[in-house]
Amino acid sequence: MASRSGPWFVAPFLILFVLLFLAPLGYAGYLSLFQQRLIGGTVFVGLDNYVTALKDPLLLHGVGRVALFFVIQVPLMLLLALLFALALDSGLLRLARVIRLGIFVPYAVPSVVAALMWGYLYGPDFGPFVQLTRQLDLPAPRFLSEGWMPVSLANIVTWEFVGYNMIILYAALRTVPQDLYEAAAMDGAGAWRVAYSIKLPALRPALLLTLLFSVIGSFQLFNEPSLLMKIAPDVISSSYTANLYAYSLAFTGQQVNYAATVSFLLGLVIVIASYAVLLTANRRRPA
Amino acid sequence: MPRSFFPPSSLSRRRFLAATGAVSLGAALAACGGDGEAGSSGSAEPVSQADIDKAMKTPTELTFWTWVPNIQQEVALFEKKYPAIKVKVVNAGQGVAHYTKLRTALKAGTGAPDLAQIEYQAIPTFTITNNLLNLSPYGASALKDRFVDWTWGQVSGPGGEVWAIPQDTGPMGMLYRKDIFDRHGIQVPKTWDEFAAAARGLHKADPGVYLTNLAANEPAAWHGLMWQAGAEPYAVSGKSSLSISVDDAVSKKLARYWGGLAKEGVISTDPDFTDAWYAGFNKGRYATWLTAAWGPGFLSGSAKPTAGKWRAAPLPQWDASKPASGNWGGSTTAAIRSTKNPIAAARFAQFLNSDPASARMFVTKQFSFPATKALLTDSAFTDDAPVFYGGQKVNQVFADISDTVSTSFQWPPFLDQAATDWTETVGKSLAGGSGTVDALGAWQSRLTAYAENQGFTVKGA
Repeated sequence: MASRSGPWFVAPFLILFVLLFLAPLGYAGYLSLFQQRLIGGTVFVGLDNYVTALKDPLLLHGVGRVALFFVIQVPLMLLLALLFALALDSGLLRLARVIRLGIFVPYAVPSVVAALMWGYLYGPDFGPFVQLTRQLDLPAPRFLSEGWMPVSLANIVTWEFVGYNMIILYAALRTVPQDLYEAAAMDGAGAWRVAYSIKLPALRPALLLTLLFSVIGSFQLFNEPSLLMKIAPDVISSSYTANLYAYSLAFTGQQVNYAATVSFLLGLVIVIASYAVLLTANRRRPA
Repeated sequence: MPRSFFPPSSLSRRRFLAATGAVSLGAALAACGGDGEAGSSGSAEPVSQADIDKAMKTPTELTFWTWVPNIQQEVALFEKKYPAIKVKVVNAGQGVAHYTKLRTALKAGTGAPDLAQIEYQAIPTFTITNNLLNLSPYGASALKDRFVDWTWGQVSGPGGEVWAIPQDTGPMGMLYRKDIFDRHGIQVPKTWDEFAAAARGLHKADPGVYLTNLAANEPAAWHGLMWQAGAEPYAVSGKSSLSISVDDAVSKKLARYWGGLAKEGVISTDPDFTDAWYAGFNKGRYATWLTAAWGPGFLSGSAKPTAGKWRAAPLPQWDASKPASGNWGGSTTAAIRSTKNPIAAARFAQFLNSDPASARMFVTKQFSFPATKALLTDSAFTDDAPVFYGGQKVNQVFADISDTVSTSFQWPPFLDQAATDWTETVGKSLAGGSGTVDALGAWQSRLTAYAENQGFTVKGA
């Protein structure tokens, strides 16, 4: 009897999964095999779109840019999140609750609002930083220039997500059994030793989780560049990130089929990157 | 106010980027090729007056998508005259958001309105997919003489089709800060040469001020300036062939001029409709704004602290003996081809914009810049003397400019792509202060590649 009721319990999930995930995915895959033109209509082109995409410099640059972004921004953000989590968990901070909330609040700010706010702060003419440096007769920082843009974007994303990652890590720390700490204290371990030998190993699964989320988040970078594009149109092009490129293809160029192809390939890149992260992490796990 | 155009909201660029949705184009184009219905033939049989009278007395509900605020007032005039017909006004978003929804509905084959607001530059992107109803058989051709010539050029097809009825316009002129001009002894420039000299002089005298800001993200302004200079960058011939020449001699002249000023650093290229740009007007960073006829109303709402300091003048000229201008902005009303009530929809589009009371209401209530000849010569309109402009008759200035807009300018059937590509080539070169003439070539080749990829036969520039 139990075995018969099983399917009913998973049915709600399965139905939604098929309707909202598999069906759109399948449709996008289907679309990616066609080419539709303003003149001449729709023709089946097989894998032609994929061949074009793999040679498309705009796409390759977009993916390269987010990969670089991932390599630089994510370790920094996770390191910060880890430090905050350990500091909060140490019980040595005053006002721990206030600090915890303060670090987490940016995550509650919609990324659109965050990007607009930072866009104002970065402003090259009337932004507060520029005004300040002007008062001090220092050279004005050019946050929105080509060279600084990746840093400026990384700063926004870090600001937004460091609190979120911190909470995951902090929650993981709270589940460490108290007796481990007691045993460590008996053995004469100091706070640093406890952090290194007990807390860090205990955090491994949580760190892996935050890393995976970050892989996906980085490769899908969209909101922040798409909003800063408005104030730095000469730096952020419509193909600045791979996701932005797919969007522009569909909504500007009306090349829905090619956009589906690009999205599919981007999905593939994310799967590969996530798998690589998992594999690396598992190999390092002590036997 | 319906400066309608690409610009205003925080999404000016987006706005230009309209729309999704080509998936159903196949079907639409199949129709385009073969069927004999109203579609693309201008020689469609006129609908008889009896049929029109009958339709206008049959209870009907029309849906009209527009983002013009408070347009219900004008709609009420129509409903009063034709009590059987109810018009449901829907605001489906502004600019790009509106077009995206419209294309999605058209693609889905259900949910599209009977009528929609379409800006001039967006008309070809809907006629190429055969989504607009030819209004000519419903009496629209007779309205030709009521509208400013160039607006009629914008809404008509090569076979005498009338794709939409003009509602408002944006002939381009120059708003300038009289106080800044006076302080630095600058005469209002009549030619672009004088303008360039003034730009250099002003920036040298006061490095915190630029004579103007040519936004590096505003393809619409560039198109207006091309229009003024007499460029004809796009020409569609037949169904599937077109010529693209965004880098011809005229455009190169523009690129050399503006690229040169940007490189010298005597004009700014800040993105427009951003916070910094508004602040720029309020803090006196820009001494002029090269803008459209909707600009005066827009500016007086956005730069209140500078009231009384602004004046209006025509654009500087390439040839002072032949004054010319281009257009930036303005909307039309189009009937959607899938409407089940073509007669009522077509008559509504015509009434809304050509009925004297309704057309006047757009001017008095929404502060639109009119598209009808009658209003442009009406002293109630032209004698308006706003305090923001020191009591100058600004409408008169722009009404005179409207007469100088060339009638032959055409838009491409893939404007969104043209706009994005402009920003990434020409716009980028202006912002970077280098290689603007070369950037024209890059724009040209991007557009050509796109058009060929879309199946067009592209004739060489």
